[in-house]
Amino acid sequence: MITLNDFLIISAALFCIGLYMIVSKRNAIQILIGIELILNAAILNLVAFGKHDSLNNSGQIFALFAIVLAAATTAVALAIILNVYRRYKTIDPGKINNLRD
Amino acid sequence: MSLVRVLFYLMGFIAVASALYAASTTNLVRSIFVFFVTLFALAGLYVLALADFVAVTQVVIYVGGILVLILFAFMLSGKETLDVIQQQKGKFFSIGKLPAILLAVLFFIVIINVIFKADANNLSWVKDSIANNNTITPNAVMIDNIGVNLMTRYLLPFEAISVLLLMALVGAAHLSRKEGSE
Repeated sequence: MITLNDFLIISAALFCIGLYMIVSKRNAIQILIGIELILNAAILNLVAFGKHDSLNNSGQIFALFAIVLAAATTAVALAIILNVYRRYKTIDPGKINNLRD
Repeated sequence: MSLVRVLFYLMGFIAVASALYAASTTNLVRSIFVFFVTLFALAGLYVLALADFVAVTQVVIYVGGILVLILFAFMLSGKETLDVIQQQKGKFFSIGKLPAILLAVLFFIVIINVIFKADANNLSWVKDSIANNNTITPNAVMIDNIGVNLMTRYLLPFEAISVLLLMALVGAAHLSRKEGSE
């Protein structure tokens, strides 16, 4: 039988890898992948705890909402990244240091 | 050791190892494609947590939608993005990345501590749910229950999500329109 702790440990590992990617990478797309990893760690926790709620399915339903939210945020973030690339010709977040005017 | 446990360790190992590889490689294309593998392994973990509908949704939306979007952004942003990566030739363990590694490891230690202190298997509501037969069993069909709950108990968050999706769609279309076309 798989216990809750096993899921929580894997999700903690994924969260920390995502955190490392966000802090250390110099490329906006890889930072986005780090954010997705953190979101997936949260969804894994929701699903693991949702196993103990067969009446309302709260964990699974909010996992679905989180997946949809991740899709929406990714679409907007990629539009922003493409705009930034068009303006600065780079997607290194450290080099983007001008306001519009 | 039962088959389920073996599968769980296999999926968990694949998920964590591929995520580590995606974080450590300096090649953006490899990083994106290895992220595919992480998402598939996570879908397998959801199946092992008895959430098959969430697993299918994960494959459809993440692998089918988000990763294609990321690949689009990568291909549209051209050669310079690759140059940015080639500049930082350093290996996984270079001195410039030490603070990030330290932060991640310390966070991991703290979270593991919290997990073992919280002792999730003995939480009162988890014990209640096991005692009241409220735990999902492997042969239960949950999909119709999810549908009914989505349309009754969780209708308000469902509507809020739909409005937010519309906003994100309009926002993304507005952001990606050509500059100075109005």
